Amino acid sequence: MVAKRIIPCLDVKEGRTVKGINFVGLQDVGDAVELGRMYAEQGADELVYLDISATHEGRNTFTSLVERIARNINIPFTVGGGISTIDDAARLLDAGADKISINSAAVRNPALIDEIAAKYGSQFVVLAVDAKQIDGVWRITTHGGRRLTEKELFSWAREGQERGAGELLFTSMDHDGTRNGYPCDTFAALADTLSIPIIASGGAGSVGDIAEVLSVGKADAALAASIFHYGEITVEELKKELRKQNIKVRL
Amino acid sequence: MIAIVDYDTGNLRSVCNVLDRIGAEYCITDNHDIIKAADKVLLPGVGEASSAMQKLNERGLCDVIKGLRQPVLGICIGLQLMCRRSEEGNAECLGIFNTDVRKFVPSPADGVKVPHMGWNEIKNLESPLFKGIDEGAFVYFVHSFAPDVCEGTIATSSNGREFAAAINKDNFYGAQFHPEKSGAIGELILKNFIEL
Repeated sequence: MVAKRIIPCLDVKEGRTVKGINFVGLQDVGDAVELGRMYAEQGADELVYLDISATHEGRNTFTSLVERIARNINIPFTVGGGISTIDDAARLLDAGADKISINSAAVRNPALIDEIAAKYGSQFVVLAVDAKQIDGVWRITTHGGRRLTEKELFSWAREGQERGAGELLFTSMDHDGTRNGYPCDTFAALADTLSIPIIASGGAGSVGDIAEVLSVGKADAALAASIFHYGEITVEELKKELRKQNIKVRL
Repeated sequence: MIAIVDYDTGNLRSVCNVLDRIGAEYCITDNHDIIKAADKVLLPGVGEASSAMQKLNERGLCDVIKGLRQPVLGICIGLQLMCRRSEEGNAECLGIFNTDVRKFVPSPADGVKVPHMGWNEIKNLESPLFKGIDEGAFVYFVHSFAPDVCEGTIATSSNGREFAAAINKDNFYGAQFHPEKSGAIGELILKNFIEL
């Protein structure tokens, strides 16, 4: 059986990694390649780099950063942020990205999933979904949770899988940034309805939270940022703790 | 010199990057003479099996590859193309390895996902390719189809069913996983291949 994956997420602006709560009060925490390499050496299973640059110039900087990451990092990495056309995807593939994650653009234009998956394979497409619960229904949001859409989480996730997404990255906007843990029942229900791997994101405050979403929540991978970036725990320490709890990890 | 066979199947960048990191010389080519004259040949590839076979055919590469006498390593789709046939697009493949490639069956209740994506253990290691690699080492896989265990299987892994994670016949080697993405262990496997 495949091991559960631990995936540090690095937010990148102008070639530098940053992390702040809801992108307000950004704090620079280091060079994107160096930080990624450190995580890889600690035993990270994959990395995710999210481009949060708002400008065209920032996007170009990100593409050259992706080339540098690909040359220097020997584990798979996903890039996301602002990918809205197949040309964006092609540019990042050419730069050396193993996967891309698409979010708002797929909500606007679901056929983008089909298009990228048909051309580059499902393994290249991670469908990222942000959702929040409104009157008991998980509704898809865009723009960092600020815009509510008509789409419902489970039907959108299934549609994404059918259109060719190779993985689902689910963030609960009700939990993101709270550090109170994940909605594990929802993760487990998603795992029961999908055949593609699920990555849990947003809400990890402790080792226990991550252990829970990987066991009770049946998630295949956990993505986290703050707990790693601020040095609270290393990837290796986290994985040792998970192994103690009988969760299969690569050490 | 290592020849990386270029048959227009997606991204060769990660294979080039790892060869740069381990200091190996290589060229990317579909030229028959260069491939035949290379010390080692790499057949990488991502994509769909039947269209990948079609691209090999269009470039007249099938007989070239089958006729090679130097060590050849197929990675992922590259390995699958060296088998008899693949369920993916009902592709007739090169028939170097005496086995077929079949799709994984997802089983959410047992945690069996398709694609099989992530780090999994390789076992029953039997080849100079795995010199210095421990039994049960983790390597990175991304695939929905896999070859059945057969004679010449030199590593196995499992995702709902046991499958051949690596195969060897004569000078031909295949890895279903991605050594170019498998950290230090993957780099060692590629170095072992280069030293064959």
